[in-house]
Amino acid sequence: MTQSVSFNSSAQRQIKDRLTRYSVSAGGIVVLLALILIFFYLLYVVAPIFYGASLEKSKTIPLNDSHTTVAIGVEEQNEIAYRFNSDGRLRFFNLTDTPREFTDYQVDAEITAADRTVPNQGLVAYGTREGTAYVVAPKFGVSYPNDKRLITPSLDYPMGEQALSIDAQGQPIVQLAFEREEESAVVAAITEDGRGMLVRLEAEEDMFSESLEWLPELAEIPSLPKSVDQMLVTPDLRRLYIRSGNQLANYNISNIDDVRLNSVDFINSKDANVTDLALLTGASSLIVANDNGSITQWFDVAKDGVRKLTQIREFNAGTKINEIGVEYFRKGFAVSGEDGSITLFHTTGGGRLVREMTDSKAFGLAFSPRASGLLTESEKGLEFYHVDNEHPEVTWRALWSKIWYEGYPEPQYVWQSTSASDDFEPKLSLVPISFGTIKAAFYAMLFAAPIALAGAIYTAYFMSAPLRKVVKPTVEIMEALPTVILGFLAGLWLAPLIEDNLPGVIAIMVLLPVGFLATAFAWSKMPKKVRQLLPDGWDAIVLIPVVLFIGWGCIQISPALEQWMFDGDARLYLTNELGISFDQRNSMVVGLAMGFAVIPTIFSIAEDAIFSVPKHLSNGSLALGATPWQTLTKVVILTASPGIFSAVMMGLGRAVGETMIVLMATGNTPVMDWSIFQGMRTLSANIAVEMPESEVGSSHYRVLFLAAFVLFVFTFAFNTIAEFVRQRLRDKYSSL
Amino acid sequence: MNKWFKSGNPWIWMTAGAVSISLVAVIGLLLLIAARGLVYFWPSPVLEMEVHQFGKNQTVIGELYETELVPIERLQASGANLEGLDGDFVERFLIKTGNREYVDLDFRWLTENEILSKTRPENIAVVERRTNGNFYGYVEGIVKGGETIDASLDTDHATLYELLERSNDIIEQADSLQRSDIGSINYSLERLRLKQRKYEMAEELTAERLAGIEAEEEQLHQDYLVLEKQLFAYRDDARRDQLIIRDMRGELVTIPMDNVLDVFFPNEMNWFDKVGHWVHQATKFIVSEPREANTEGGVFPAIFGTVFMVMLMAVIVTPLGVVAAIYLHEYAGNNSLTRLIRIAVINLAGVPSIVYGVFGLGFFVYMLGGSIDSLFYQESLPTPTFGSPGVIWAALTLAILTLPVVIVSTEEGLSRIPSAVRQGSLALGATKAETLWRIVIPMASPAIMTGLILAVARAAGEVAPLMLVGVVKLAPTLPLDGNFPFIHLERKFMHLGFHIYDVGFQSPNVEAARPLVYATAFLLVTVIIGLNLAAIQIRNRLREKFKTLDQ
Repeated sequence: MTQSVSFNSSAQRQIKDRLTRYSVSAGGIVVLLALILIFFYLLYVVAPIFYGASLEKSKTIPLNDSHTTVAIGVEEQNEIAYRFNSDGRLRFFNLTDTPREFTDYQVDAEITAADRTVPNQGLVAYGTREGTAYVVAPKFGVSYPNDKRLITPSLDYPMGEQALSIDAQGQPIVQLAFEREEESAVVAAITEDGRGMLVRLEAEEDMFSESLEWLPELAEIPSLPKSVDQMLVTPDLRRLYIRSGNQLANYNISNIDDVRLNSVDFINSKDANVTDLALLTGASSLIVANDNGSITQWFDVAKDGVRKLTQIREFNAGTKINEIGVEYFRKGFAVSGEDGSITLFHTTGGGRLVREMTDSKAFGLAFSPRASGLLTESEKGLEFYHVDNEHPEVTWRALWSKIWYEGYPEPQYVWQSTSASDDFEPKLSLVPISFGTIKAAFYAMLFAAPIALAGAIYTAYFMSAPLRKVVKPTVEIMEALPTVILGFLAGLWLAPLIEDNLPGVIAIMVLLPVGFLATAFAWSKMPKKVRQLLPDGWDAIVLIPVVLFIGWGCIQISPALEQWMFDGDARLYLTNELGISFDQRNSMVVGLAMGFAVIPTIFSIAEDAIFSVPKHLSNGSLALGATPWQTLTKVVILTASPGIFSAVMMGLGRAVGETMIVLMATGNTPVMDWSIFQGMRTLSANIAVEMPESEVGSSHYRVLFLAAFVLFVFTFAFNTIAEFVRQRLRDKYSSL
Repeated sequence: MNKWFKSGNPWIWMTAGAVSISLVAVIGLLLLIAARGLVYFWPSPVLEMEVHQFGKNQTVIGELYETELVPIERLQASGANLEGLDGDFVERFLIKTGNREYVDLDFRWLTENEILSKTRPENIAVVERRTNGNFYGYVEGIVKGGETIDASLDTDHATLYELLERSNDIIEQADSLQRSDIGSINYSLERLRLKQRKYEMAEELTAERLAGIEAEEEQLHQDYLVLEKQLFAYRDDARRDQLIIRDMRGELVTIPMDNVLDVFFPNEMNWFDKVGHWVHQATKFIVSEPREANTEGGVFPAIFGTVFMVMLMAVIVTPLGVVAAIYLHEYAGNNSLTRLIRIAVINLAGVPSIVYGVFGLGFFVYMLGGSIDSLFYQESLPTPTFGSPGVIWAALTLAILTLPVVIVSTEEGLSRIPSAVRQGSLALGATKAETLWRIVIPMASPAIMTGLILAVARAAGEVAPLMLVGVVKLAPTLPLDGNFPFIHLERKFMHLGFHIYDVGFQSPNVEAARPLVYATAFLLVTVIIGLNLAAIQIRNRLREKFKTLDQ
């Protein structure tokens, strides 16, 4: 090798040397930091779900109005607040810092009663002295003059400017409840002479003017309580709740011709009186506030075929509660207390999020549509708070313990992240998918660990050297096989094969060990001449035809077995006779396919550990008269046990994180069942399926990151333990 | 017997059995993929059968696809016709009948008793079509420019193949026109629109500039009209001739030549013809584009996408991995911190790949890509340029994923170099940097190469992270084309592994697509095992080399 080396000045060389040192060091450190970055980036995305909520007052607007409030609210951009009073007046208020003036609006009628709908409908109904009603709503027009957003508020009559007739007798309305769903609406009203009226309005399009006309159907509310404190109609127009003190009457109003009183229940907490009642968004849940600070959530639960209003959970605000304000789309609500506190809760998350003391008692509460602002009304006027409450539904408890979700008969672990409807309650329990991960890993290890370890023992200790040179790389090449191919074979080839030949496959598992023993026995009875034909350590070759024969034979006799034992169809037999449901892509398929992927990992490390046990140990044992098997179990395996342990850990780590195989070889349903004939959904497959559709920054997105973080920490910890054990072992061997 | 058990021998045999199971599993799996993948291109004979099914007699023409034994009970449960059967089992055949638009299903199950007669007529043709899959039938006539030629005059199919070649040539020209010329006009138009938007946003859109842009646009529109006319002319020309085929219902069907991709007569072929056909089909599979929602045609874009992404990844990962390894081995002190880092790096290789995908999506795509968009590509927002999954992010994610592989392999190579070599160099007066550049790195280069090959092999087979950071089932354009700047790193790409997942599990007609998935799988396995064997070879040679150095 000839090389021309130019002898530059020594200083230049020194500079070059130093430059290399710094740049290599800097580069190396940057790369290593980049690897650490993964950990911190995952943490950075996950962390916000565990941040608490906060409330911050940003504006106070004094009010001078002798009339009480009917509804307050904020428009979507948190720029304009509005207030309807009991006299039919609508005023808008500026929440921004740029001064603006708005006109006031007035409903032209003599108002005697009023009600507002749930927040995401945003309507207000006024009842009049003539027994009629008006439905109004604030309207926010958005325009972009000079590329800047300008919101112009006005009053809207979404059901026409005509008064809607409620009472045929024309009596003044003293109490009112109103709700609308698309083309129908329901008004429940109590007239001055104490009659309870129920009016269902159906929209009909006028052929000529194309305007909507509301046609009423009337009914009387049966067995109306003597005093009515609150009336609520659910937004699906199926239920009417009337609260009278601590009693709640529950009417079924889905058929206006047959209004029925379902039940009357006491809904107060122990030793307390109810102060307010509200419907949670989605309207399946009732929130009941008490004067001792207890807040309860109620919804219908089907038990023994009967739907019954049941108390689900209880919160505590610590003071008498004046008012409840619910969010537009999430299952959160705020309450104002007698001591001037404002407290935020979330039902799924199951706890108090933040409690803020204010210097005045609020008697009106309204969230902004995106739940980023809270408008309150107190003696001081309207007060606006900025709310920072991004992920109230995700708490440690919601992720890892049983939660009683709306519409479920009991608390359960459920993963169901998305649905078509807006007011869906996300069910983000990590338990079912963690369970699926463990289940998949368990079945994979059940199959892989015995084969891989036994194979490693034989290859390292008994196999002849030339054969070992071929066998080891062959098994290790399995590790390089893309898992997508294993998954595809598992899903499209193995799963139907197992389904069609279930008895055969089970027979293979039983007959293979039996076949090995029988071959071994037969071999030991062979004449010596035959036995000497095969050199030591080539037994595995003899067994290959045995494996092939048993495999082929079992599949061939499978239909006959099925005929004989399961009346011709094992699947049906399992389902009908044993009550075991059978999925085509089940845990057995996953166990076999993923076991196949894990075998080389375990095999390779365990084989290394056993092979590197110093030879003088085993030779000594053999020389003292121990049989090879005794030497193996009493000396070699004991010495190599830390290595074997680390091999199993590594294999487990791989099984836990494997994605494509479980994605393709299971049905990906998050069931919690140990049955080998059912599928599962794992953390990794769940990420692969849901991540691309998940909205950036949403709770769902962050929970998926949390799933990835859990996987990361889990496998990293497993591997680190395994690696430490291995290093220790290496040191030990070198001292032996 | 008892003594035999005590001797431990049976247990030794049991462990030997475990090895046999593993070996049978590995080799069986590879053979399975190879057999199923390769047989896909082999022309299978087409059968004509008289069949009595659902109470009537009919003719079925098709390829035998699968045979299985079914217990009679199972068939009884499904209410099938079981006349004339005895015994417990019945043989059942899956026949691919094709002709998708004329029959209800292009696959059909027949039990042995339903088949009255089976023949293998010489002159049955298999027509591969651009849409609607294969067509099976007898060629009755060929329409050449409006004049019908009876097929009996064309015994060696010369006219047929001549016309077929003609229409395929024209379609190829039309395709290349559409792809390159019209494609680049569309691309230029889009760039003009963005240019205009950019000026608007910067409030620099003067009347002069606007006029310039509009003039350019007008010019492109004119060019487009000319090309479009030419394209339509090509298409009409390709449609000039037709094939008249009698199908299994006995009716004559006219197939326009521009829908015919290939025609062959499997029952006429001898063994050599079949080999030729096999080679022809296999080549077509590799070089052509997918058709019919990926369930037919070739996998060229997927091969291209895989190779392109992996090369991009190799370019990123090699310098990073080598620098980190050199730092760890040569510059960082040999203390417990270094040992800890080393263990951490090894363990990162065991972190599930989907975690890297999640990281890549959050960090590269949304954070990095989003920032690039808001800095440099504001004119096209809210449509993301770099802020959505793309080939560059896939390459970066896989680079991070395979970094530990390169680091570990390079370090191993570095530690195999005897320290005497380094000390010799230093003793002769070389600086550390010079030793590194002239002695250490050249000697470690096979190890670096090994690491790189292993990284490439791993990256080529990974699918889970790619599903998050850039792979799509059908990419309209390749990341490399004739439009400036030629390499489009932000584009999405196709990938062999994902192709397998997508076609095998997401496609509407899994039955028809399955052989293609096996062929794709075989291709992927061949590439990856080839790469791994190469790495093993290099590693072994390296070990031999340093063995001699040590002595």
